[in-house]
Amino acid sequence: MHRFAKPSVFLKLTGAMMPWVVALTVILTAAGLYLALIGSPVDYQQGNTVRIMYIHVPAAWMGLFCYVGMALCGAMSLIWKHPLADICARATAPVGATFTALTLITGSLWGEPMWGTWWVWDARLTSMLILLFLYLGYIALVNAFDDPERGSKAGSALALVGAINVPIVKFSVDWWNTLHQPASVARMGGPTIDPSMLAPLLIMAFAFTGYYFIVLVLRVRLELNQRRIRALQLSGLFDERPVASGDHDELAYDQGHNAGASK
Amino acid sequence: MNAFVAILRRDLRLALRQGADSVMVVAFFIVTTTLFPFGVGPEANILARIASGVIWVSALLAAMLSLERVFQTDYEDGTLELLTLSPAPLELLVLGKVCAHWLTTGLPLIIAAPVMAVMLNMDQDGFGTLMIAMLIGTPALSLIGAIGAALILGARRGGVLVSLLVLPLYIPVLIFGAGAVEAALLGISAQAQLQIMGAILLLSLAAAPFATAHAIRQAVE
Repeated sequence: MHRFAKPSVFLKLTGAMMPWVVALTVILTAAGLYLALIGSPVDYQQGNTVRIMYIHVPAAWMGLFCYVGMALCGAMSLIWKHPLADICARATAPVGATFTALTLITGSLWGEPMWGTWWVWDARLTSMLILLFLYLGYIALVNAFDDPERGSKAGSALALVGAINVPIVKFSVDWWNTLHQPASVARMGGPTIDPSMLAPLLIMAFAFTGYYFIVLVLRVRLELNQRRIRALQLSGLFDERPVASGDHDELAYDQGHNAGASK
Repeated sequence: MNAFVAILRRDLRLALRQGADSVMVVAFFIVTTTLFPFGVGPEANILARIASGVIWVSALLAAMLSLERVFQTDYEDGTLELLTLSPAPLELLVLGKVCAHWLTTGLPLIIAAPVMAVMLNMDQDGFGTLMIAMLIGTPALSLIGAIGAALILGARRGGVLVSLLVLPLYIPVLIFGAGAVEAALLGISAQAQLQIMGAILLLSLAAAPFATAHAIRQAVE
């Protein structure tokens, strides 16, 4: 049981936090959406299209944030062989991929009226697309092995190698002359964005972070419970093993083999 | 160092005796490049405009196609397991295998590239830069590709998977490789692009053997 010692602490802790985080996320999402869609002023150049930004920018932040989280979990699982880090990395990947895809889609919807094109091969857009490919590669690699442990380890190594793309995405607007506008919130010398627009943006960012936390916890719990059920089933099979005789030998070997493989 | 030379000689000898591998890579490169004039039409000025990009993309795909065999056969017959047990550092052995891979795939591609450049009607000013850029770029492709090739050992559908893993990481080489040739064609110095490519090569030379060796140790565990 000591294998589940740390995960049990995780389950208890997140179980206690969950209702609060859910409530906070719902409130933040409602407030953020109200401010973003109704309560904030119309941009003098972009008109109502500016409201896309309140989804687009937080989703982009989360896309990067999830990748950093995934790479850190990968590093932790490689260094300390912590089983929970593996599960967290695996659970983060689809969420991050969804945020990245959402960024690209909303950006495209915004680009059509503003830039007059759905897509440009600009450094920021392209590096974000590569980020999506890295997520998809990670998901494909992790699921490509019969032994899930081996998949997680290979995925951790890939996540770390791919982390080189994260600073490229972040600084692409500074390093290259791009069509995409430069950073206006997290920059030296304070944000250049008006407070009436900054407030809904930050609220939405926190709401997205809360959403990520909720989904992460749910996915990790699911995985832990699935493992526990499997372990219980296998130990149950083990105890009720029929007395070895003739054709039962093979069956008993199979069960023993499975139980051994899953520890 | 002896181990490095030994593994390099072994892989080169295997490649030469089996022969077909290098030829296949070059043939794939030529066939892929030949597809473009059919796709975009045979107008000389259009082909000249896209020549550097087409050659680089084809080289990238050809290099990727040959990745699977870097470790796959050794993994299947157990050689890789013995290599991890050898007293020589696995990182060095990996470097030897990557060197052999580059000599049997990267080098033939560099020789074939100017031929395809002529066929695509590229301006002569770009030839020298194209070859220098490929000389710097293809070893980086082999090094980065080795990570992917090691990660997929024992995976289902490894061949398709390696493309999804490796191609995103190849993009910087493609950008600066094609950019260098483009600069030379415009009559500007390609030094900046070539220097960045040199940086990519050095970075992958420093990091890739360790990542690859790590992935191999996991695969044979």
